[in-house]
Amino acid sequence: MKTYLKTRFIINRDPEKCIKCQVCVRQCGWDVHYYMLELDVMRSRDEQCFNCQRCVTFCPTGALIIEKNPYQYSDNANWRPEVIEDILKQSETGGILLTGMGNPRPYRIYWDHLLLNASQVTNPSIDPLREPMELRTFLGRKPDRVQVDPSRVSIATKLAPQVVIDIPVIFSAISYGAVNLNVHESLARAASEVGTLFNTGEGGLHRKLYKYGKNTIVQVASGRFGVHADYLNVAAIVEIKIGQGAKPGIGGHLPGEKVTADVSETRMIPQGTDALSPAPHHDIYSIEDLSQLIFALKEATNYTKPISVKIAAVHNSAAIASGMVRAGADIIALDGIRGATGAAPKIIRDNVGIPIELAIASVDTRLRQEGIRNQASIIAAGGFRTAGDVLKAIALGADAVYIGTAALIALGCHVCGGCHTGRCSWGINATNPYLSKRINPDIGAERLVNLLRGWEHEIKDMLGGMGINALESVRGNRLHLRAIGLTDTEMNVLGVKMAGT
Amino acid sequence: MEAMPGAVALGENQMSNDGTVRIDATGIHYRDLNARLRELVAEGVQRIELHNVCGQRYLGTDLRRPVQLDIYGTPGNDLGAFMDGPRIIVHGNAQDGCANTMNDGEIIVHGHAGDITGFAMRGGKVFVREDVGYRVGIHMKEYQEKKPSLVIGGTAQDFLGEYMAGGVLVVLGLGLKADQYHRANFIGTGMHGGVIYLRGQVKDYQLGKEVGVLEPKEQDLKTLSQLVEEFSGYFGYNAGEILRAPFLKLVPLHLRPYGRLYAY
Repeated sequence: MKTYLKTRFIINRDPEKCIKCQVCVRQCGWDVHYYMLELDVMRSRDEQCFNCQRCVTFCPTGALIIEKNPYQYSDNANWRPEVIEDILKQSETGGILLTGMGNPRPYRIYWDHLLLNASQVTNPSIDPLREPMELRTFLGRKPDRVQVDPSRVSIATKLAPQVVIDIPVIFSAISYGAVNLNVHESLARAASEVGTLFNTGEGGLHRKLYKYGKNTIVQVASGRFGVHADYLNVAAIVEIKIGQGAKPGIGGHLPGEKVTADVSETRMIPQGTDALSPAPHHDIYSIEDLSQLIFALKEATNYTKPISVKIAAVHNSAAIASGMVRAGADIIALDGIRGATGAAPKIIRDNVGIPIELAIASVDTRLRQEGIRNQASIIAAGGFRTAGDVLKAIALGADAVYIGTAALIALGCHVCGGCHTGRCSWGINATNPYLSKRINPDIGAERLVNLLRGWEHEIKDMLGGMGINALESVRGNRLHLRAIGLTDTEMNVLGVKMAGT
Repeated sequence: MEAMPGAVALGENQMSNDGTVRIDATGIHYRDLNARLRELVAEGVQRIELHNVCGQRYLGTDLRRPVQLDIYGTPGNDLGAFMDGPRIIVHGNAQDGCANTMNDGEIIVHGHAGDITGFAMRGGKVFVREDVGYRVGIHMKEYQEKKPSLVIGGTAQDFLGEYMAGGVLVVLGLGLKADQYHRANFIGTGMHGGVIYLRGQVKDYQLGKEVGVLEPKEQDLKTLSQLVEEFSGYFGYNAGEILRAPFLKLVPLHLRPYGRLYAY
């Protein structure tokens, strides 16, 4: 069938600068560039380009520019180019539109409508370069009250298992299989160097990375890939994955071609078969059933680790979160509508879920109202871009934040959205060895550590400016936030006042 | 429930001459019971009898050594969940989630078992003498030498072997009369690995659309006779008699059932 789809991007190659070195040919995961020997010319298959900028970045002479195809559909606010192209694609394949990365639609980003406070005159701001500043965060269930043993000046109350992180930023669940081992290793090493955690996602943990266990959150998802006693016991935290912000309510299909020998060993399924995660856990149809799995995992790890439960932020997250806490979850992970994915149906990613800002606020409020906020930590996920977003999330009520996309950008991702093809030119989302080796764990870990160190300094700077020297003091402290450009209803849900009031 | 053999003092552990420890589980919360099992196994006890078990969950979950656990009464949900090595004999019925995500070991149930028996099981063996509930064998998987087997003496409910990705699932249909069909619908729906052997009859509509029906070959019969002999040994059946009836072999039509679902 002749495709009616137009090329999205045009590769502009400057013949004056191009030296025909073919770096672009070798760098592109989608075989866009090629060299015609008989004519001694470079050519490109523009229609295969995802605009990931790998060739542009690596072209030694700067000969390449990728431009949007200037071809214009007729102006129409309803029938936008994206809509027309999606219809064409489906009329040519009959398939579910598949996509990668997080929701690109312009739903309101509340972080950009929230402003932080600073101290002026009435209390002094603090300079974090010279004064101690505490970002240390304890994840896990906190007791209703604490008894102190005065003779030993220590806590007499028996505490539930706690996991300490030095910076309230954790690497979000990205499964081995969606990304390759070099990416997992970069994340694991960076987490261990900075004193935070990385989340394995649902594809198991490669044996090579077991040594980073105390900096690891392992996931148990509906497919139960790679879940066994060693995996559960090596981790700091075990997380039950119910849902994911990019695809609330549905399971996952890791295509067979990404299930290489190593991935197959870690997931414990044969090479080349699809790894199918059912939409629900078939042992969880209710809060009571969730409790059953939480305690199954507590039994399996002998009550030594916090158990986290991750859900996608949806309309009634607050009520669900209340049930999760009562079911025994020590940590609640919420993943908002901008949470990313290696592959998801576009229709789900773009239309299902709610922004994480609203979910944090409503869940925190609800748990406080019920007097059970202390019983679980909240980790928020879904599109966190900067240290500013992180601190605002904590002021709204989160204990810590998961970052996924930001971490991948640090590793080279240009958010082109071609992850679902498994041919990422940056070597992040590909499991084939030729592309995978583009991520060097030494360099990858260094880039991630640098990012987190930068954010750490920024968070301390902002805290210091507020006159606060411990993150704990800003946690759930919405008086440090003001809204700009929001309606009364929005401010009400967020529990923040208008800027200037 | 079978009578407790011999006089056993309640509440305390009793060690008999053969090294078997007997525990009366009456009124003991699962958490305390499992803690006690952990202690005993750590001490090197090889055989434990639990009497008067009544709904305690997760028995056998965190015992990572070869130990035999004889359960009298009705163990609760998630019996042997994540289990890695022990052998559990249930002298009664098991409830839901038996062998959930089990890695290794054996569970032998002298009775019925509930829903999602063998869920995501990836190793070891489970034998159930009577019937099982819904979605049994769902997402069983295998990897190289880790290949789980689940043998059911009676019949099963809907979604048997759903999403199955590996392992061997045998349903013997022993309670069914000559003119009766198996009860499950959607058998093997979403199946993309492993094999189901079904003794007795099913109508086409009872099978999931990802499943193909084959005649068992010599290798299949070898696997089957091993498992059926083991089953018969535990429950006092005549394996030869069971194996005389024809079996259906159900296999996935595709390793990638949803490979063509998407537009890129």
